[in-house]
This record gives sequence, C-alpha cells and structure tokens, in this order.
Amino acid sequence: MKEPFRILSAAAMLGYGFPVESFEAGMSKHPHLIAADAGSTDPGPYYLGAGKSFTNRTAVKRDLTIMIKAGLKAKIPIIIGSAGGSGAKPHLDWCTDIVLEIARDNNLHFKLALISADFEKSRLKDELAAGNISALDPAPELIVDAIDASTHIVAQMGVEPIIRALDGNPDVILAGRAYDPSIFAALPIKLGYDQALALHLGKILECAAICATPGSGSDCMFGTLYEDSFVLEPLNPIRACTTQSVAAHTLYEKSNPYMLYGPGGHLDLRDCAFIQETDTSVRVSGSRWIPATPYTIKLEGARPIGYRTVSIAGARDPIMISAIDQITEAVSERVADNFRDLNWTYHLRFNIYGKNGVMGVLEPTPSTEGVHELGIVIEATADTQDQADTICSFARSTLLHYGYPGRRATAGNLAFPYSPSDISTGRTFVFSLYHLMAVADPAEPFPVTFKDV
Amino acid sequence: MRIKLIDITDVIRSKNAGPYELTFDIMFKSLDWFEKVVAADAINTDTVCRLFQLQPDDVLNIIPFKPAKAIKITIKRPLCSGDLGETDVYGAQQHAPLLSLELNLSV
Repeated sequence: MKEPFRILSAAAMLGYGFPVESFEAGMSKHPHLIAADAGSTDPGPYYLGAGKSFTNRTAVKRDLTIMIKAGLKAKIPIIIGSAGGSGAKPHLDWCTDIVLEIARDNNLHFKLALISADFEKSRLKDELAAGNISALDPAPELIVDAIDASTHIVAQMGVEPIIRALDGNPDVILAGRAYDPSIFAALPIKLGYDQALALHLGKILECAAICATPGSGSDCMFGTLYEDSFVLEPLNPIRACTTQSVAAHTLYEKSNPYMLYGPGGHLDLRDCAFIQETDTSVRVSGSRWIPATPYTIKLEGARPIGYRTVSIAGARDPIMISAIDQITEAVSERVADNFRDLNWTYHLRFNIYGKNGVMGVLEPTPSTEGVHELGIVIEATADTQDQADTICSFARSTLLHYGYPGRRATAGNLAFPYSPSDISTGRTFVFSLYHLMAVADPAEPFPVTFKDV
Repeated sequence: MRIKLIDITDVIRSKNAGPYELTFDIMFKSLDWFEKVVAADAINTDTVCRLFQLQPDDVLNIIPFKPAKAIKITIKRPLCSGDLGETDVYGAQQHAPLLSLELNLSV
C-alpha cells in the first residue's frame, strides 16, 4: 500500500496571505508538497492584456518567503500556478523577480523551474487554419483578427508540463497559466496516485480554506491523498471542514457541479461520497476521470480597445433624479454634436447607481421611483487617452450645468466627492480568446527552463 | 403552499463561471426543503427568465446537487466579463432578485 501523499495549500491565492500558525501546523504534518494557485480570470481582461498582476507585490513576496524557506528546509517542492495572476510572460517574469529577490535577501540557493504558457500568434493562426481551435460555448468563433489584436495569449496547462519540470528535481516551480488543480495533482500523479482523486483534491485545495466553515481565502488547508480517497482538514482551530462546506465548494465558480472540465478530460463527480471523518475533516471518494480525445487546452487572450476615463458623481435633487434618463440622453447628444467634426469613435456611458448600475439589463426594477439619491459614473472609452479625457470632461461639465425642464437648482446638478473629478484609467482591454485547442502532446506547448539560484 | 426562498436557504450567491457564464448557487437549510423544491420543480427555466428578463436559450442549465442540498443555475452573461457596458466584472452581485423569490410548493 502506498504511503498517503500529503499536500499543504498555503492560500486561495498567492498574496492573499495566511496566518503563520496555520502554515506551521501544516508543516508539522510533514507534507510532501507546498503549493498555491496565483491566478484567475475573475478580475477581468485588464490584467492579462496589460501584463500586470492583480495581487500586490509586497503581499506575494511575504507569502512566497514563508513558503520557500519552509519548503527548502523540509526538502519538498514548492509549486506556484498561474504565476503573476494571468500567467503570461510579464506575469511569470514579475513572480520570478520576486523569487530571486527572496533568494538574495535570505541567502538561499536552490533550483528553480520556470514553465511558460505563452503562445506565438503565428502558431495560433496555423492551428486555427488546421481546424484545431474551437469556440467554448457561449464564446464566439475565433477569427484571425482577434489573434492579431491580442497583447497576450496563454493556455491553461494540465499536469504534464509540471511533471516534466518535476523530472528535473527543482526545489521551486513557477508555472505560467495553469489549470488550478494541476499544481497540486502533478506530483502525486507522477508518483502513481489515482489521477481522478489527485485532480479532485487539487480542485478543492486550490481555494484553500474557502472549503471550510467559516470559509477564508487567506488561510491554509491540508489534503491527504490515499489510494481510494482523500481527506481535507483545516489547520486553524477556528475552522472545520464539513460535508456541506466541502460539497458546497464543489459548486463554486463552475457551471456544472458533477462534471468539471479541464485539460485533457473531465472529472465526473456523480458517484462521489462526502463523509465526515472527524469533527473537522472530510473524506471524499468516488471521483472519476474521463479522458477526452483529442486532448484540449483552454486558450485565454485579451486585446486593447482603447483608453478609459471615468468621473464619479452623485445626485440628490428629486427633480433631477426623476428625469435622469432624459438628461443623460440629452447630454450624450450634446457631446456628439460638439465634437462631430473630429469623427472620433468613442463609447460614452452614464452608469446610474440607484437605478440599474449593478445589474444592467438583468435588473428587474430599473426604476428610480422612491430613490432619494443616485450614484453616477460617467465613463468615456476612446482611441487615445486624450480623446477619452476630452469626452469624459465635456460630458461631466455638460451634465453639471445641463438645464433640464423643471430645474430649480441652477447652480449645479452633481455632487463630486473628489477633486480632480476625472480619473484617467489608461489602456482598456477585453477578452479576445476563450477557446479550446487540440494538442498532440500536452507538455509540448509549455516549455520548461531551469535556473540555479 | 407559498414560501419565500430566503426563508428556506442558507446561501444564495452569484459568480462568474468563466467570462461568458454567470452561475447562481442556492443552498437549502435542510435536505427536506431541497427535496421539496426539486420535486415541485419550483425553480425552473421560466422562473429564471422571469427574474432576470431572459429568453429560455439564455438559461444554460438548472442542476440539483444533493451533496450540498443545492440548486445551481447557470445563465449566459449578458456581456463577456469586462466588455464595454460591464457593471459587475466578478458577477458577485447578480443574485439579489432570488432573495425576494416566492415559491409555490403545492405539488
């Protein structure tokens, strides 16, 4: 019988932090692996498109310092997935820089493996022409223009590239964009543990203490993989894993709780059993892995659509509030008319909090009836920052002094919380790729390089 | 029997499931309530369309998940997350209409 394989998941997101006491409690259980996921598409397209991290550098350095020191001391690997948040080259470089700084600061020496997840546009166009790329419903079909316009295109790696990196016996692995469970499942799968259980355990561990009650994104979680099941246990005495909390987590952020799709296949959880092992730990069994042919990986890309400027204001005047739609429409027309000779292409929007600012078209009651104040965010997106600044500024000043019918407050229509009132937010991105690509070798697109630190 | 969803649940939440989908989790206080609601088919495509001004094609699935005493609803996002016109990048505040939903449980 195989020795149980033990995994310490540091936090739901690298940089979200964790109590040192929880981490040390995990280390005292002699894990074989320390891992943390560092990425998500949840914060939107900007971070992938701009090559920026959505987590804070100081916070990431803090977490990594604790993890790397402990891993080197215990001689176990530390694996980070989707380094830098979106896992493209600038994100991986950003995270590598932090790791090198930690090594210098603490006089540490180790073997570092880096796995890239970027795709050349020329390759993607060839793959598209060869019919290897398909839309992931309800995303639109991919066109060459979307590839050309993207600043960064990555794919989520499965366990195979990480296993290839592990073959080189590194101490620390920084993986570019990775399917979240891969970083937890790669080593046990390499050692011969059940693939379905390893991936299902990884799927839960990637969110660390979110699967406990009370849940937290900034606390550790411990997983033990057996031949026929796995057990989850929190490391903080204030938390417990219950069958309800673990099963509930299985629902989180996915469309079907029974079928979890990933690189090369899907997990079928229809026959899963969740059993309360102790008061605070849960045992899970019955997960099945259904491989797919061909093996597909998920591509993610983002492209710039211009520059954005926003202005935040409020309105308290009931006459103004009751006529807000007509007023903003009239202001939009005034803006268009004023700059019509410039032939600019821009997007001007007044997002009205108090009406449908949160839910947009999904809002069942898009009315200002009975509302005593409104929040108004004026947003201009245009081809250059100067154009966006101009449109936002002009819309703001026009709205401020617009003489709507029945107006009593002739000194101004808006309450601004800030001076300056307008905020230039820089380049703006949208997702351009969210597609599946068939690959012959699941490790090939994700090259591994080693570095002696 | 008419009953408010909020009175028989512990969790009602929404979140993106990838940038093109929005998913809602409704977790019931007890297995009994979960089973009653599922048996009565009290949360169906029609209910979801009515709550969120959707067409039936926009509702991708409604799945009861017994291990969590939960019903999961997944719909098409009105926009790909972060597109021009976005109001909720994470999709975490789209659940509110479910809080005032009343169910008819007379089977």
